[in-house]
Amino acid sequence: MIRTRSLSYTYNSEKEIAFGDLNIAGGDQFLLLGESGSGKTTLLHLMGGLLKNQQGTIEVNGTSITNLSESELDRFRGKHYGFIFQRNHLLAALTVEQNLLMAPYLAGLTQDRSRVEEVLVQLGIADQKKKRIQELSLGQAQRVAIARAVLNKPSVILADEPTSALDDRSCDRVSELLVSVAQQNQATLIIATHDQRLKNRIHHLIQL
Amino acid sequence: MNLFALIFAYLKARPLNTLLNILLLSLGIAMITILLLFSNQLQQKISDNTKGIDLVVGAKGSPLQLILCNVFHIDFPTGNIKLQEADRLAKHRLVKNAIPMALGDSYQNYRLVGTTRAYADLYKAELETGTWWQQDMEVTIGATVARLLNLKLDDTFASAHGLSEAGHAHEEHPFVVKGILKPTFSVLDNLILTNVSSIWLVHEHSEEEHETIKPDSLSASVLVPTAFASDSTRELTALLLKYRNPIAAIQLPRYINSQTNMQAASPSFEAARLFSILGVGIDALTGFAYVLIFISALSIFIALYNSLKERKYDLAIMRSMGASRSKLLWATQLEGVVLTFCGSVLGVALGHVVLFLFTTLVTESQTAGVNAFVFYVEELYLLVGSVVLGIICSLIPSFQAYRTDIHKVLAQG
Repeated sequence: MIRTRSLSYTYNSEKEIAFGDLNIAGGDQFLLLGESGSGKTTLLHLMGGLLKNQQGTIEVNGTSITNLSESELDRFRGKHYGFIFQRNHLLAALTVEQNLLMAPYLAGLTQDRSRVEEVLVQLGIADQKKKRIQELSLGQAQRVAIARAVLNKPSVILADEPTSALDDRSCDRVSELLVSVAQQNQATLIIATHDQRLKNRIHHLIQL
Repeated sequence: MNLFALIFAYLKARPLNTLLNILLLSLGIAMITILLLFSNQLQQKISDNTKGIDLVVGAKGSPLQLILCNVFHIDFPTGNIKLQEADRLAKHRLVKNAIPMALGDSYQNYRLVGTTRAYADLYKAELETGTWWQQDMEVTIGATVARLLNLKLDDTFASAHGLSEAGHAHEEHPFVVKGILKPTFSVLDNLILTNVSSIWLVHEHSEEEHETIKPDSLSASVLVPTAFASDSTRELTALLLKYRNPIAAIQLPRYINSQTNMQAASPSFEAARLFSILGVGIDALTGFAYVLIFISALSIFIALYNSLKERKYDLAIMRSMGASRSKLLWATQLEGVVLTFCGSVLGVALGHVVLFLFTTLVTESQTAGVNAFVFYVEELYLLVGSVVLGIICSLIPSFQAYRTDIHKVLAQG
């Protein structure tokens, strides 16, 4: 679960954005809605420990991540979070399987090939395991990115505009995947987006 | 997955660039390796070949030529000296011992040396098969001569006048091979040894009647016991001297150069002079090799620097997956080090292989006795140096990787 208290962030020591207190229980699914520049990404990155130097506190699974040092935060991210971005940001030099194995390697967990297999089956791309990233279609690549985010069984999945570049059909498919994969892995899902289409599927809203 | 797998995947993703960087560095390293092998072995050869020879005495001329001719057997003789004079010098109180050298003939480019057993002892030569030469026209041959000319015991051959193949053949006086030496890895391997009087014999064209009377011990020459000490017609090419004491090093060369018709030259001094002349060329080539290495380091730096721009999302996403700043720093450092290390290992191997091909394909180089498969500790320094080089050229890129601002990069899209 995630709790924030009197959280605010100052850009370039001028513009300050304050965020309302949040209480997100484990396994919940939330949409973080708002227009561009409303601070969605900032809040998501703050909650994900990708951004520091904020005011206020953030507590994730009982750990106050605002008090963690840089390297403690790195380790915490690796174990508790899965990230999905608008672009899939896969490592183009590696194969699908190697990309997925990077997640436990960088998080300092054991690299379990059967877990890779399991996640790939969940996402319906088991036959792409040995392929290079360039050989994948866009849709397949996005599935790989989702697979990578859930591989370590994170308690929180943070997605930043995962669907905004997609057409209606793909958007529907990706959102369904995200929701079902988060459920299967018992993870909290938070999607930051301005994409109103997602409201059909996820009903908890945080409006910025 | 691990850091190495990641780095190899990155290097494999840009195969041409990786190949160029490795090749560029390996060329520089190979060049240094070849120069190292060559100059080290040459220096070793020079000091091995001059060991035990304090002074070379021959006809007046260039001292360097005297040494090259009589110690290294490369150049032509400066002329002849009278046996009488040589004999007198051999009995000088400052001379511990003197070895006569009579040159002038060769067989298939390999020199015949009329000398005494003491000359072979100088290089601690041992017999592989057969015996030492005893009678006139008997020879004991060096290991390389035997191998390359395929000479066996009791083979006979006619020597040619002069020290090159084109000389007039002395067919009326064939030599017979009586013994073959074990390799000494010195100039001796390329020589055909016989006694002094054999050399005289093949050159006696008109003097049909040779004195057959054995000289008695009173008047026999010290250097060539079969000749009369007073015989004024006999000549030698040079004398190799060993000093009796340190005073000789000061007095003897001066005495010979000023009081006799002969000149004295010190092998170690002349060899050092020769090497300093060669050294200029070696220094120039080494400089060029370092320029190559510098360019390859620059190329590796640029490749890493550019790839880091392409990889800024990779770096950010790896951080989001739990990689620490220092892990990305090490990954980038390691990539540079892997490149330079591969380059230098390939370079050292290339250096040895090129030298091996050179020594096997170019026959002349075999007589120089350079061995391609000798390894020096300096080559280890080259490998260590290349690791340092890798660290240096990935310093700035790795620091950039360290400083990746994940929020900024990932917020961009």
